[in-house]
Formats: sequence, C-alpha cells, structure tokens
Amino acid sequence: MFEILDKREIAPNIHKAVIHAPAVAKKARPGQFVILMVDERAERVPFTLCDWDRDAGTITLVVQEVGQSTRKFVLLNTGDSIAHVVGPLGVPLEIERFGTVALAGGCYGIGATLCTARAMKAAGNRVLTVIEADSHYLHYFRDELQAASDELIQTTIDGSEGIKGHSVDVIKQKLEAGETIDRVIAVGCVFMMMLAGNVTKPFGVKTLVALNPIMLDGTGMCGACRVTVGNETKFACVDGPFFDAHEVDWDELWDRRAAYSDEEIHAVARTEIIDHHRPAAARARLA
Amino acid sequence: MPEQAPEDRVNNFDEVPYGYTEELAVTEATRCIMCKKAKCKPACPVNVDIPGFLALIRERKFLEAARKIKEDNALPAVCGRVCPQEEQCEKTCVTGIKHEPVAIGRLERFAADYERRSGAVTLPQLPAKTGKRVAVVGAGPAGLTVAGDLILKGHEITVFEALQEPGGVLMYGIPEFRLPKEIVRAEVDYLKQLGVQFVMDYVVGRNSTIRELFDEDGYHAVFIGTGAGLPSFMEVPGENLIGVYSANEYLTRANLMKAYLFPEYDTPPISRRRVAVIGGGNVAMDSARTALRLGGDVTIVYRRAREQMPARIEEVHHAEQEGVDFKLLTAPTRVIGDARHRVVAMECIQMVLGEPDSSGRRRPVPVKGSEFIMEIDTVIVAIGNKPNPLVPRTTPELNVSKWGTVITDPKTMATSITGVFAGGDIVSGAATVILAMGQGRIAARSIDAYVRGEPLPQETLPKEK
Repeated sequence: MFEILDKREIAPNIHKAVIHAPAVAKKARPGQFVILMVDERAERVPFTLCDWDRDAGTITLVVQEVGQSTRKFVLLNTGDSIAHVVGPLGVPLEIERFGTVALAGGCYGIGATLCTARAMKAAGNRVLTVIEADSHYLHYFRDELQAASDELIQTTIDGSEGIKGHSVDVIKQKLEAGETIDRVIAVGCVFMMMLAGNVTKPFGVKTLVALNPIMLDGTGMCGACRVTVGNETKFACVDGPFFDAHEVDWDELWDRRAAYSDEEIHAVARTEIIDHHRPAAARARLA
Repeated sequence: MPEQAPEDRVNNFDEVPYGYTEELAVTEATRCIMCKKAKCKPACPVNVDIPGFLALIRERKFLEAARKIKEDNALPAVCGRVCPQEEQCEKTCVTGIKHEPVAIGRLERFAADYERRSGAVTLPQLPAKTGKRVAVVGAGPAGLTVAGDLILKGHEITVFEALQEPGGVLMYGIPEFRLPKEIVRAEVDYLKQLGVQFVMDYVVGRNSTIRELFDEDGYHAVFIGTGAGLPSFMEVPGENLIGVYSANEYLTRANLMKAYLFPEYDTPPISRRRVAVIGGGNVAMDSARTALRLGGDVTIVYRRAREQMPARIEEVHHAEQEGVDFKLLTAPTRVIGDARHRVVAMECIQMVLGEPDSSGRRRPVPVKGSEFIMEIDTVIVAIGNKPNPLVPRTTPELNVSKWGTVITDPKTMATSITGVFAGGDIVSGAATVILAMGQGRIAARSIDAYVRGEPLPQETLPKEK
C-alpha cells in the first residue's frame, strides 16, 4: 500500500497529493508518469509526475476528478492509502542545454511543468514558463513555478488574470517579435497541445508534447495507447509519452481518448451523486 | 470429462469442465498400462513422473499423487488445464495407439485440485539456506517455475512483477472459464509459503536496471522472464480506429481488471454486438469465447485452413460448440470507420492454399477480386506478440535478435551477460505456458550451478515438441 502523506484541493478540482512511493521517487525523471490503482477494483490510470523527493521517498501528483476512478482518488484523504502505484514509466524527457526553453502548461499540465522547469533551469537553460487556465481561480503552483523559471507568465481564457488567451498565444507573440525560443514543451489537454504544435510549426521550433491516450498496463503490453506519429504507430507508454507535436495525428488521438466515453458515462451514472463535504459517507457508498 | 452445457456456459465465466470425480479419476488412471520405458515422461517439457503419479491415483493416494507431480512441476493445477497434452505426453501414450490415450492432463488437474480442496497442502523440507540471492523478473509461468525450483535449493528468491498481481499471462491472458484465477492465486500462495518473496508494481528496466539488481541490491543471479508483452497488429489501413483492440488489451480488461464484473469493478468491458477476432491460435479462441460471454456475435477470421490453426483442438471445439462462427481462408485488408472513427465494417479477401512456406504450412495466397465486406463493430487482433522491449532497451549489453528476443544458449538459458539467464516468451517469441516452464526449469538448474560456482550443466532436458 502507498500512503497519501498530504492531499489538498489547491484549486477547484485540482487535487495535489504527496504519496509515499520510494521505488518511484528513487528513479523519477522529468516527463515520466505513474500508473495508479486506487483500490483492488479500480482502473489503472496514468498520472504525470509533478515532483518528487528522493530522500523522503515521496512523489507529488496533480489529480482531477473526471470519472469513476479519479473520483475514488479525490475522495481519499491524507493518511489513506492507495493500492498500487507503479512507475516511473515512459521515456524521460531529454534535458540538455538548449538555450531558451518555453514550457506551456494547462490544467493538470501546470503541475507537470514544475519538475521540467527545475531540470531545464539546472541544465543551464533560460526557462520561460507560460501557464493557462480558464479563469484566475484555476491557477495553481504559481510560487513554485516562479521560483523554478526565469520568467513566469499566466494567461486566462476569460482575461481575469494575466494575459487573455492561451499559453501558446504568448509563445506565438514572442516568436513573431523575433525572440529566440529553442524548444517548446507543452503539457495539457489535447486541444492545447495541438494548438502549440500549430503555432510553432511555421517557425520551425522543435515542440514536444506529452500525449495522454488511454492506457491499461503502461508497460507496452496492451497497445491501447497507440498513437500515430509521423505516419507510424507508436505506443505512448514505452515510446512516449513525449512526441514531436508537428508529427502527431491529432484527430486520431482526439477520438481514441473518447473510445470508452459511453462506458464511462454508464459507470458514473450508476453511482450516486457524491457529497464532497462528506467523503467518508461517499466512500462507503462507492465501496 | 463432464462439463457445463454450451448453452449455459456462454452466459457465465465459470470454468467449462467440471473435472473428474474420484471414481472417474481412478478408472481413467487404471487405463495406464505402466510401460517399463514410459515415453510420456520424457515427452513432458518439465519431465513430470507421469507413471509414478498415475500409479498413486490408482491406489487412491491422491495427495501423494499431487506431491509426486509437484516434485517436477510447480504449477500442476495450471498445467493440467492449459498444457497441450495431446501434443506432448498424451501423444506418446501407448494406450493411445489403439484407443484414446490416458487423459494425463485431466488426471494432473484432478490430483492438484484434490490437494488444494483438501486443504492438506504440505510443504517439502527445505534445505539449509545457501545465502545466495536470485532476482526473477516477471511473475509469469517461466518466472514462477524458476522461483519454485530455486527456493527448493535453499536460495533466497525475489520475484519482481510490473502488474498488480503475480501470474503473468495466467492472470491477464487466459480467461477465468479456462483457468480460474483462484487456482493461480493458490499456486502462487504455495510459492509464498515456501518463502518466495513477491514485489508487485515493480518494473525492472525502470525501477532498477539489471545491472543495479547486482550492484545495488546484491543479487547473485537474475532471471529474465518478461514475456511477449508487445502486441503485433495487422498493418492494414484503419487499424487505429476505435473498436480495434489487441487481444492483450481485450483479455487484460476482462481477466486481470475483471471488466466482466463491471460496474462492480471500475474497468469497462468491451461489449459490442458484432465482433471479428483475427487469428487462429489459443489467444484468438480465448478472445472469441470471452466476447461471446460479453454478449457479442463472434466470427473468427483466419487466413489459413482449419487444419493449420495453431489452437488446441479442444479450444476450437469449445468455441464452435458455444456458437463462434469461423471464416477460414480469409484475411482482413482494411478496417472501415464512420465519421467518429468508430469501426463499422472490415474488408476481407479470400485466400487459397499455395506452396508450403518455411514453417512447412501451405502458404495462403489471396484470390484476386474476392474482396468482401463484413459488417462489424469490433476487431480483436490476436496474431501474436513481440517481446516486451523494456528490459532489452535498458540493458545495452544484453544480446537480442532482430525480432527483439533475448538470445540464450538453449542448453543453459544463459544470456550474453554473466549471471543473467532468460526463458519463456522473451526468448522464444510467443509459445505456450509449458514451454516457458520448461525453459524456466533449465534456467533454474543453470542458476543453481552458477551461484554455487559450479560449471553449468550442459546435458539437454527431455526433448520438447
């Protein structure tokens, strides 16, 4: 069992969890992920590693409730345990001195940007971090990212804080203004990562995105996570999760992520509406 | 052997055959003529003393019979169910020349089940500890065999498994109705009682490299049994449409993740109406019969003829009885999707058998202009697996073939790295449970010699089919 040492909702439906998982913390590198099974009956769900502490043997994840298994997770509290955590999985991100690296993060990807920012900065890069959210109250990790980056820019879709628009709009403006960006790394929803690729392609800036198809085992066994990159079928779990945004077949990824939407809706509909103020009662009903 | 009627069993995931009663078992064992030079024993990849345990069943010493099998086979209840006995021990049975061969597999299953149900599972006397530590990578049939053999030699064994439960293909691949998971758990529990340590959720290649298992964790030898964990696809257009699954994914959802118990378990099953399963092996039969039980109309599409199907006759027969349709000499040419990229049909082409190919089987040749459309909503691809790439990719000094399989000396199962041995599908590509166990048996013998500082035994074990 893997104990949750600290868990809090740091923005609406953005749950930060520190989990005791020494074998994962020992080897974790930026860009990798874990697969988590909340209990013995839960699904295996992948989560990007945001941070870790090798000495304490802990990892930090950001979890959003989007379906049955993530709902089970967010109902857990500090002191509860998770049945299975396996990782670090996936090929680590290439960390080198590229020059100026722009990191774009959205939703859960804001959290995932933290370890990359630190590593890129430590490797001698100028780190420009641009994070986006629908509105001001959905931003998180500002202080941590500020400390890890040379420049932190926030955007909101509704314009309530920072620059109005998407994170990639900022990157585009900078490129149009002639600023040199040597590499872009975008982590977020499929739409946001696709936009990132579209924006940087005309400028020929290498852009990596962390693809997030549905996964089952995460070790190459099932093939559920196959994506088409450069007209070749790749497995996101063992060949990825990072791929060249300019080569990804975005339409296919978009559809494949929805492969189980009917079943997922079915699952959520068959459980009672959860009263988040009484998690113990909600957990009892889910058990 | 008595079994569930086809019309009943398509509605449940319970095991199909009920197994022998004591009377049936004794009667069947009495058919053995006790050949002086029994051919069945060397025909078994792990060399089980078949006449020995049959004689004990005859004398109604059922517990002793189970223990006799366990001297050579750590997983008798599993092997009694999934071994292709008709190609191995039973093929050589002298009684089988004029009559049906003695049902060795069913009797093995009977003895193992008897012992398990009696609760009288006894542990053998373990030798003094040698102080040698062996890491087994992968808790599938090969790894479990190595663990079971080496713990009896007094070594300290740790089995590392990436998934949440030990068993490998026995848990994720072979369905409940063919191999109840309770049986796999009981066989794993037996190993735990013997002192084998199991570490779940641990990915060798990520959490530790092979080198680190020696240098940091202090293991004296390593066995790689990571299996054929990378599914092959057909390489036809439309293969990434929604509704095309690898058999691995389909079966893992159903078996390991218990999707057939959804929503009691959270993983949704794939239960669509019209299912095509591509392939003619046991995995194709398992997928087809699982799909039937999840409520689909199922067709097996296989490019060669029935006689060339690699699946066990019994499996094909069971699938047929349950209502699986067979489209033989048929190969898919493309999968067709709708605007939402969901499968709606598959185009196939008819084949005829031509000249024999390198495998000795007649090569299927497409018939020009014979394309036709099958209306389906699900395609399950069961045409085999490639070796799992995680350990080879993170172990540069490990020699692998162009197919990605680990190269070993077949006499010892030694790899290109001193102290590292391998066996099972990571070596042979994609074979059977018992062949993996046979290689595990050889590897265990070599590891035992290696950690004791003795030369590796070179004599071959009984010939495999």
